[in-house]
Amino acid sequence: MTVPLFDRWRGKPLDDIFYECRELLEDATYPTVGRWREDGGKVVGHFQVYFPEEIVHAAGMLPLKICGAPIEAVQADSRFGSYLCSILKTSLELALSHRVELDLFVTHPICDAARNLAAVWGRNFEYPCQILYLPQNANSAHAITYLRGEYARLQRNVEAIAGRPITTEALCQSIEVYNRNRALLRELYIIKREQPWLVSADEAYVLMALGGLLRREEHNDLLEEVLPLIQARPHKRQDKIRVVFEGGFCEQPPLDLIRAIARSCYLVDDDLMIGLRWILEDISTNGDPLFNLAEAYLEKSSYSPVQHDLRKPKEQMLLQRIRSARADAAIITAAKMCEPGLEEQVAYLQTLDKEGIPYFVGEFEEKMTSFDQMELQLETFVENLLFS
Amino acid sequence: MTDSSQADSIVGRGNREGAELFRQWFESLQGAIERGAPSAYVFVMGSMAEILRVFDLPMVFPEITSLQTAVRRVAHEYLNEAEDYGYSPDICGYVKADVALQLRGGRHPMGNVPKPALAVLTNACNTYIKWAEIWERFYHIPVFTLDVPGTRAAGTQTWPGDPDFENDRRYVQAQIMELITLCERVTGIRFDIDRLREVQAQANSMSRGWKRVLELNQSHPSVFNAVTDGTIYLGVANGFRGAAAGSQFFDHLVEEMEYKAAHGIGTLIEEKHRLIFVGVPCYPIFRRFNEMFAEWGGTFVSSTYLWFASGGTNLGFQFDLNRPLESLAEGVLISVRDAMDSMFYQDRAIAGMIDSFHADGVVYHPIKSCRTVSTGLADNRRALMAERDIPSLFIESDMMDRRVVSEAQLKNRIDAFFESLASRQQQGAIH
Repeated sequence: MTVPLFDRWRGKPLDDIFYECRELLEDATYPTVGRWREDGGKVVGHFQVYFPEEIVHAAGMLPLKICGAPIEAVQADSRFGSYLCSILKTSLELALSHRVELDLFVTHPICDAARNLAAVWGRNFEYPCQILYLPQNANSAHAITYLRGEYARLQRNVEAIAGRPITTEALCQSIEVYNRNRALLRELYIIKREQPWLVSADEAYVLMALGGLLRREEHNDLLEEVLPLIQARPHKRQDKIRVVFEGGFCEQPPLDLIRAIARSCYLVDDDLMIGLRWILEDISTNGDPLFNLAEAYLEKSSYSPVQHDLRKPKEQMLLQRIRSARADAAIITAAKMCEPGLEEQVAYLQTLDKEGIPYFVGEFEEKMTSFDQMELQLETFVENLLFS
Repeated sequence: MTDSSQADSIVGRGNREGAELFRQWFESLQGAIERGAPSAYVFVMGSMAEILRVFDLPMVFPEITSLQTAVRRVAHEYLNEAEDYGYSPDICGYVKADVALQLRGGRHPMGNVPKPALAVLTNACNTYIKWAEIWERFYHIPVFTLDVPGTRAAGTQTWPGDPDFENDRRYVQAQIMELITLCERVTGIRFDIDRLREVQAQANSMSRGWKRVLELNQSHPSVFNAVTDGTIYLGVANGFRGAAAGSQFFDHLVEEMEYKAAHGIGTLIEEKHRLIFVGVPCYPIFRRFNEMFAEWGGTFVSSTYLWFASGGTNLGFQFDLNRPLESLAEGVLISVRDAMDSMFYQDRAIAGMIDSFHADGVVYHPIKSCRTVSTGLADNRRALMAERDIPSLFIESDMMDRRVVSEAQLKNRIDAFFESLASRQQQGAIH
């Protein structure tokens, strides 16, 4: 499968590339997925947060990150109760409204709501829908071995849908493609951290988030073209405070909200789409690739409120993120009705209080459209910091 | 003994003995505080009582202590206190009631609750994990998450011998061994496998009894109310799992229910409508909630709550005492998985329940506090309605927070439901 899914950016100046990327990311008809299917390709949709896309990629299928959309849940609303985050409803809506057509849907036990998705989805569609049971006891000595077995189960399911076996060589090649992708995203985040005036928070977000929609080879091409162009920008440093954004691990804030933050702050690190950056180092292609994938998930990974790991107390991890990014303050958010996010906020705020780190607390929803109030509050917060 | 005196001594015994055991359990917690004995905080879906009893660890069930604040109509005080502390109105009410309980030094309307020396939880509910993190921060205690992989897709459960089941079983067993090591460290007591066998034998007896009691409610009239009486039995099934008092309670309960079934003794004078309850009870108006159904001659003959909130004990899984640890891993995996299935994939089970219990209607009660149970209920109902021609009622409220419990609105919906049920029965009689 070599059909290019997204090439409108090629040969264009940087600002035009960002325009094309934004247009694609905000297009809830998922044209790249449609293009892939028109060419006979199969699609595996996986819900937030982390998914070993390499397994699907190695089978020649397109892994698609299902992470909601700023759309109305016209049909999906009737499938759920009232007290629920938006991402669950709009993710199902994408499928019910045929904006995305899948061959397999996978969710994870990240939260009480999301683990229901395999059952709900399965009652509404003919194609297979399942839960990938990523280990929730990250500290068991047996967790990697278990996860290796769980990945082998997933691989069998993926092979059945793809209609072809996944060879060790193919899987190792896919790991290399993803290693390259993760390295490029790390470069992007280094620019955000070290020279945040060169790339705004919303530009960086768009560049990163497209990874959830595209074949990674294409995403790699895009990043390889764009990162040097960003580095060459003549932008000057501005008098903005450096902030870390926390709370975007699952439901994503609207792009306009990120843009509003960027108007008054340098967003030097965040947990937006953390699943794309969950693995922090290259995964080895020596030995058993499934074992290497499993080991990386547990041993070379970031943190989020939906993973309990005694080695990674979330509030300490947040402090580490703030300090390594040399941030002046934190923006602590949660999506509306996001239980893990809301629960984590208490520990975050207590720790930031204790450490004397200023913070701004907010709540968002993917389909919110008015940011004036929040922007005004944020500006006031920033002014207080700048002039205190 | 005359028939009359036998009836007096048997009928209602389960509720009396259950209430007494429940009081004893709370008193034992006070005793643990006085002795300075280490206590374990555990949850109803996979309490791991089989292991903890080997180490004589008193067990605190924070879900039960929390719901008791609602039944005793003081939950709002606890919820407000936790919200003042920083917890959102949009998270689980059980968690918030417990946070306030901890902030109050364990003072509870039923007595005092000891601080934890360790917490043991499964992944059957993700909130368990977030909840335990709070104790971890409050008390710096060891927290053990026993990860029990659930069913991957509807109807795809695997069983012993299947490679996927064996992968899960080995993982669960390895974690059980790690839990044993942790308990040894916390208590200073060496693990005794023969003691485990004794506890498992009691658990086997209780599981047989629980399964039988649930089956006996297929009788006409039904012999207990699956929401009100069932919750009392559930408390014993959780609090006394693996204890002699617990298995004796269920022996007595089976005897009582068999007696009632044989003598046609029901929970209502006239049972008009046999209902299935899906969800979690409305504890802030626990009695009144049931009355709104009973006034119309409606009784709950079965409930998914009695499945998942017993951690899957409804299956009646029997441990093989010749291989206690392997069998424990299998039992925990199969039972906790079933508890999760009862929440996520229950539409098929409910369809079966309608037949075996001759149910006239299904009442869905999703609640604000619990996404685990509530997220999929509307879709469940839609799927069931597409498959079966049976009336259903969908009412939302909460298990803890009276701010989202509107009794008048509930009554309106319930009355309308019964009017349609009555009209349907009349039409059925005409045809």
